[in-house]
Amino acid sequence: MAAAAAAAAPTVFLLMVNGQIESAQFPAFDDLYCKYCFVYGHDWAPTTGLEEGISQITSKNRDAQQALVWNFPIDITFKSTNPSGWPQIVVSVYGPDLFGNDVVRGYGAVHVPFTPGSHRRTIPMFVPESTSKLQKITSWLIGRHPEFTDPKVVAQGEGREVITVRSQGFVTISFNVVTKDMKKLGYDVSPSDMQNPSVVSLTDGIHNH
Amino acid sequence: MAVWSVKVLIVANMNFNEESQMMAMEELLGEDQAQAEKLKRTLRAQRRRRKQPLLEAVGPAVLPAEEEAEKDRAGMAAPAAAARAPRSLPPVPSTSRTSFAEFSIRERMREKLKAARSKAESALLQEGPSPRPRHLKSLRQRESETRWDKESDEDESRHMQEDESQMSSRVKFCDSVKKLKQKSHVQTDFPSAEEAYNFFTFNFGPEPDNIKDETKSKKKSESNQEEEEGEEQESIVSHQQEQTEDEMDEEDCLVNDREDLFIIDQMARDFLVVKPADYRSYSERLQKEREILFTPSILTVPMSQKVPENMQPRYLEDEGLYTGERPIVSLSNQNILENRILRQEQGKRWFGDDGKLLALPSPIKQSSTRPPIFSLEEGIEPELETLYRKAMKPMHANQYIVGSRDPQGQFQLDIDISGLIFTHHPCFSREHVLAAKLAQLYDQYLARRQQNLTKLLTDKLHALRNAVQSSLDNSGTNVPNPVAQQSVTEYKFVIRQTRRLRDAEQEKDRTLLKTIIKVWKEMKSLRDFQKFTNTPMKLYLRKEEVDQRSDKKIHEAEIQAEINELLEEYMEEYEKKMEEYKTELQEWKSWKKAQKTKKKKKIKQSQDQEEEEAEESEYGEEPVKPIPPKLANRLEVEQQVREKAVNIRRKPGESVLIPELSLTGSVTPNDLCPRAEVLRREDVKKRSVFLKVLFNTKEVSRTVTRQISSDFRVHFGQIFNLKIFNWPESLKLQIYETMGLSSTNLLAEMFIPVPETTVLTGRARTEEIEFSSNQRVMLDHEGVGSGVPFSFEADGSNKITLMTSGKVSNSVSWAIGENGVPLIPLVSQQKTGIPSALKNIDAVASIGTSGLTDMKKLAKWAAETKLDPNDPKNADLMQLIMVATNGDACVPGFFRLEQLQQEFNFASDEELNRSKRFRLLQLRHREVAEFRNYRQVPLLEREITEKLFENYEKRLRERDVIDSKDHLDAHRALVAKYLQKVRESVINRFLTAKHHFLLSDLVNEEEVPSLGNLGLSLFKLAEPKRPLKPRRKERKKITAQNLSDGDINLLVNIIRAYDIPVRKPILSKLQQPSRSSRSFNEMFAASPSLQSPTHSIDWAFNQALVHPFVEVSFQRTVCRTTTAEGPNPNWNEELELPFRAPNGDYSTTSLQSVKDEVFINIFDEVLYDVLEDDRERGSGIHTRVERHWLGCVRIPFSTIYFQTRIDGTFKIDIPPVLLGYGKEKNLGNERGYDSVRSLSEGSYITLFITIEPQLIPGDPVREKFDTQEDEKLLQAAEKYQAECALKFPSRQCLTTVVDINGKTVFITRYIKPLNPPQELLNGHPNNSQAAAELVARYVALIPFLPDSVSFAGICDLWSTSDQFLDLLAGDEEEHAVLLCNYFLAMGKKAWLIIGNAIPEIWFNIQQYDSPVRINFDISKPKLWKSFFSQSLPYPGLSSVQPEELIYQRIDKAAALELQGRIEKILKEKIMEWRPRHLTRWNRYCTSTLRHFLPLLEQFQGKAVEDDHQAELQKQLGDYRVSGFPIHMPFSEVKPLIEAVHSTGVHTIDISNAEFALAVYVHAYPKNVLSVWIYIASLVRSR
Repeated sequence: MAAAAAAAAPTVFLLMVNGQIESAQFPAFDDLYCKYCFVYGHDWAPTTGLEEGISQITSKNRDAQQALVWNFPIDITFKSTNPSGWPQIVVSVYGPDLFGNDVVRGYGAVHVPFTPGSHRRTIPMFVPESTSKLQKITSWLIGRHPEFTDPKVVAQGEGREVITVRSQGFVTISFNVVTKDMKKLGYDVSPSDMQNPSVVSLTDGIHNH
Repeated sequence: MAVWSVKVLIVANMNFNEESQMMAMEELLGEDQAQAEKLKRTLRAQRRRRKQPLLEAVGPAVLPAEEEAEKDRAGMAAPAAAARAPRSLPPVPSTSRTSFAEFSIRERMREKLKAARSKAESALLQEGPSPRPRHLKSLRQRESETRWDKESDEDESRHMQEDESQMSSRVKFCDSVKKLKQKSHVQTDFPSAEEAYNFFTFNFGPEPDNIKDETKSKKKSESNQEEEEGEEQESIVSHQQEQTEDEMDEEDCLVNDREDLFIIDQMARDFLVVKPADYRSYSERLQKEREILFTPSILTVPMSQKVPENMQPRYLEDEGLYTGERPIVSLSNQNILENRILRQEQGKRWFGDDGKLLALPSPIKQSSTRPPIFSLEEGIEPELETLYRKAMKPMHANQYIVGSRDPQGQFQLDIDISGLIFTHHPCFSREHVLAAKLAQLYDQYLARRQQNLTKLLTDKLHALRNAVQSSLDNSGTNVPNPVAQQSVTEYKFVIRQTRRLRDAEQEKDRTLLKTIIKVWKEMKSLRDFQKFTNTPMKLYLRKEEVDQRSDKKIHEAEIQAEINELLEEYMEEYEKKMEEYKTELQEWKSWKKAQKTKKKKKIKQSQDQEEEEAEESEYGEEPVKPIPPKLANRLEVEQQVREKAVNIRRKPGESVLIPELSLTGSVTPNDLCPRAEVLRREDVKKRSVFLKVLFNTKEVSRTVTRQISSDFRVHFGQIFNLKIFNWPESLKLQIYETMGLSSTNLLAEMFIPVPETTVLTGRARTEEIEFSSNQRVMLDHEGVGSGVPFSFEADGSNKITLMTSGKVSNSVSWAIGENGVPLIPLVSQQKTGIPSALKNIDAVASIGTSGLTDMKKLAKWAAETKLDPNDPKNADLMQLIMVATNGDACVPGFFRLEQLQQEFNFASDEELNRSKRFRLLQLRHREVAEFRNYRQVPLLEREITEKLFENYEKRLRERDVIDSKDHLDAHRALVAKYLQKVRESVINRFLTAKHHFLLSDLVNEEEVPSLGNLGLSLFKLAEPKRPLKPRRKERKKITAQNLSDGDINLLVNIIRAYDIPVRKPILSKLQQPSRSSRSFNEMFAASPSLQSPTHSIDWAFNQALVHPFVEVSFQRTVCRTTTAEGPNPNWNEELELPFRAPNGDYSTTSLQSVKDEVFINIFDEVLYDVLEDDRERGSGIHTRVERHWLGCVRIPFSTIYFQTRIDGTFKIDIPPVLLGYGKEKNLGNERGYDSVRSLSEGSYITLFITIEPQLIPGDPVREKFDTQEDEKLLQAAEKYQAECALKFPSRQCLTTVVDINGKTVFITRYIKPLNPPQELLNGHPNNSQAAAELVARYVALIPFLPDSVSFAGICDLWSTSDQFLDLLAGDEEEHAVLLCNYFLAMGKKAWLIIGNAIPEIWFNIQQYDSPVRINFDISKPKLWKSFFSQSLPYPGLSSVQPEELIYQRIDKAAALELQGRIEKILKEKIMEWRPRHLTRWNRYCTSTLRHFLPLLEQFQGKAVEDDHQAELQKQLGDYRVSGFPIHMPFSEVKPLIEAVHSTGVHTIDISNAEFALAVYVHAYPKNVLSVWIYIASLVRSR
């Protein structure tokens, strides 16, 4: 009954995201693993799927690209009443340093694409910098580099003014996005000039490749 | 100064000027060259001879004299300057009393002059070998240079002129020269450079006479010499000669009677100046330098210099304003800059209020934003690699672009430009003009002949005439046919028309022929006149003989026919006119008649005025009498016709002239032409033309540049293929003419129509498009120019003006593709707006896109094309035009910010306010408490219930309304409100503060390890892997976001307890006889099986025992341990209680504000035998378990949350009276505990409490608060804190705290002796110890309210003691401070110890009942580190505390009322908790208890037990009473209820149980209330 009612007049819209954290480019590092989590607003709730995950450790590809491939799947469905606070995926990459200490290699975040279809995103990653030269040396020595207290910091704008970061590496994520009831609730996310969004997004995906 | 220096330069040249001028004069003068030659030769030698000694001798000789003269003035001049004045000036005019400054300027002038002179000297010396070129140059120079003087030095020269009058006659030369000059140049009355020169160079000292002669002769020789040399250059100088012609006469005489034209000796003297080497001492130079130069110091500029006077520097950052980071400048540079700026005028405005240089925040980004480039192992980086991409055609989104929808849309326009013919060109000679005219006429003639209209019309006329004739013939034979009649008249009309047309054509033919012949004749005559031909044009007139007779006949017939027709016509006309005449005459006559009658009437009336008026009107209306038409005369008509025929037709019999134009004539070759013509032809050759092709006003291509041929034709023969994308709006050709190598000018522009779609390449006709230019060209050769009037007549009359014009032959067509498809944008392809007549309909196509923005253009176009205003397609365009034409679009007279905001507004404000959803979102965004973490705001309006806002609105409404229902006490209600407000404001403050982040909030960073730490960590390596005494390890902390109900548990580990009260044996005599009251005995009897052997020994001592268990209740969840035995039980049990956050919100802020408390109650489990009969004892056990509350420990959840774990031994809060229980005193033999136990007066329990999983406690806010403390003090405090923290990281060290206003206050300011309430002191006037206890009790009675609860755990606020008392709530700090202050006032030594503990009020004892382990001897520096030391002496901080505390009187009545109310509420509650049982109240017992409670208060619950017990037993002999008094400070009712509930008295479920409840409220000053609740259950024993 509830399902029927929902079908008749939806009160929430659904956003299904699947895809994978495909690969990363960290030319200077090897043997990395990554963690992901989603950050979303008050009006969002995950209905199914894993909100957080931690991947296997991967070594560099031997070829010229030197990509670190995880192909770590993401599959989550959100329900929401408000597009504000659209989910962001936060990826943090870790790996051993010279002495085998587990060290963070990059943080990055990107919004889950709005439009349904297949998308590919490359996220530039960054890590917080030590506050001083001395700190830098000691952190290198003892293998404890500065880390964010909460990786979710990278998904929000607040408080960024106090930190210094250094960019390193990229992570490529592919998303397949399906939305439900968004248009019914008045949120039209497909570009206006598209007559047939499915076709266009397909070609879009091809272009992205 | 600039002017002066210019002058000096001129002076330098002057010598030569003079000379050259002289030379010019002499040239003219001295005709007898021979004489001059001779003279010259001798003089040259002479001069040479003379010059040398002069140069050597004169200088030193003159110097002393000059110095003498100099000294006079040197007296008043600067002494330094005196040395450098080799020559005297003309006497200083008396009028000019020079100031010092002026003088120094002159001094400087003199210097410069000297330099110039020495230059001139050297030049003069070189004069001999090569003076010539200089002459010329100087001549010219003078002309220009002297002019400058005139402009600039009027004043000065006037000045000098005055001086001149004083000059001696020796200056004559100057005068003469001057005169001469004045003549030769502009006749102004101010002197020129000459005078200036003299002014500066002349020596007015005495002079030997012979010099004059010398100079004279020398001059002569010089001039002669120059004359000779100058001969060659005569021609050049001749120019100047001409100029000076007029002045000749005067010069003559001047030269003749001159005395000293050149003052050579003086010059020689000038040139030789001997003076000491110029040296300025080092110190002097330094002095000078110091005046000009400035070395900024690198020392810091004192602040006072940088800020305005009497101002303190103001630091915006300290005021809480964001100032941004200044760019980094090294201190020394900054100082230098500041010093430099301060030297300047108004230097201070570069400084800000804070005394620093104004600077924008550093714009440098901290990190590079450029992405890194990864290089492959191969050299080329992938980003830099060049990839081939096939060119892609951009897709146009513009509908005005052709073929944007069509990928293969390639359209091509072929423009064929074959050539250009000028019909007029500036370089046309007169002949050309005629030729062009002739050609034009001939073309016209050819065209006419081709059309042959005359012939056509003549034939038509004949045909018509025949037709008329035939029809007339027919009508003649037959009956007159009305149809035929009609047709005849029609024919006649047509005949008339045709004839008129034919006549006109014939006339035209004739005149054309005539003009052709005339022009040809003119041309021939012109050729004859100029004796050459320019054009190959030749006109032949071919005569075509005609048969004279037939011709004449035709001619005559024609004339006759015409005459007849005309006559007929005239007749008709005559008849018509006649008729008209008749009618008019009739009218006139009738009118006349009427007039006459009128007149008669008028006369009768005989009124003059009216008559006049009438007459006037009559005259105006009087019609003219018609004139009868004349009949046409045949002769006249014939005459007319013949005349016309002569004019317009060839005479009969005359041969037909056919002109034929040919270009066979020969053009006269150049060498036979006169010069002007040759120039013209050369000019033509120099000229060339090219064309630019502009498509949509953009240049797309241009032709090659071709020379104009002599017949002014240019052949291009180029075809341009335009591949087009844009719809062709315009096609334009521009003709450019280039002259020689340089100039290119636009001759003309012409528009080519865009071809129709049917015009395809190959089929297109070549069209000639005329152009013309309004350029005005005048040439200085035979060319007639353009736009310039010229004439063919010799006398210049009959002028004509021709403009450059010509024709371009071109063809424009659409190309045809490879497969024969024309490359035309199909009209059907255009979606809308561009149908076939696209020019008219589509605005863009016709006026271009740019036109759309130009309203006027658009409106004009709309008016022209007559847009259909009703066509919906044009709706927006029409609207635009309406606005434009109505002028509504005028610029408003005001400026509006964000004028487009309206457009972007998502919804109107009203709508936003009305919408519940938006409201909810807004409230949440504002972080209003009720909605702060509201999740999933419904999407639809209808899903939001009004209930959601109820709480919030209620709160808003009741903000100012005091609700006394919950509080039972007006004051407390007020306080609660106040507290609420403070809380709100503080929370808001911290919510904003929460959005400020520190680095440590975001980034975990390892501290730089100190050496000590490193050592310690080294030690750690040696630690045993499995220590014998394991410590609790830190567990992983969890962020609170992902939690939900049931995820969190509270773990309570109850380990052991000490000194639990034990049951007392009943000693009362009353009890013994009662059989049934053998409960204790019974119990003892039943217990042996449970008791350990040791206790059985106790049993032997007849000692009552206890079976305690612990019950933990939290959020109404209850858990209990197993029952242990004895007063020192050991449970070691772990209890798990679920934790539920309010509203399911597990965020940090929410958790921090959880007010729930953990109640740890200790009960005694009592077994009652319920057996009625002893006989049954053997067969079954019938016991009832009762629990007796012994005491409790309360721990707020917030404490656990913040401490993350609680581990320790706590004092059990045991009521002062526990009926049936007592402390065992000195009965225990366990010596080990004796020492401890003797000290402790209560029971203790050891607990470990924590939360599973561990939650990350909210971080305290470290916002930097405002402060009024001294900066130095704060720094010291920080340092002190850091030091302490380093030594004992686990210990808290406080130096500053935040007061209730949110300001940082130094902690010692809170400590100040304050008077305790007088009543308390009065109570024990002698016993200070007792008084102190009383005071401590008073303080303890003030309710405890942790800051973390009231302020959502954000920070610790310290209120002053008066605030504390006003609020009647506070946490440990306030209590401690108040107590400390009281003790200080009572003359005790008191310290404040700050520790971390559960907020029990134990410190009131500690102040004097010292915890054992702390040594309070602060004099031992080893143990106590003082904050204030020698280095930082105590600055005598004033206290923030009030001078005196004012206490309100005790309000007994209010206390009494409150007492009643509390009692009532509690009774109701107990009944409520026992829904299944009837609750009976024992009034007797209640009254007994009520009497007893004040006693308790008086003795503070001590030493009354036994009496009380006895008394109770006495009074309630029949009942088994179990109960206890609860003592609490009063804040609200709720805690009281909670406390009563936690004791579990109500849980007794014996059916006949009765209850007794008594409340006593004791009021202390300042409304501090002590509440006693005595609750007891009674079971009637039989």
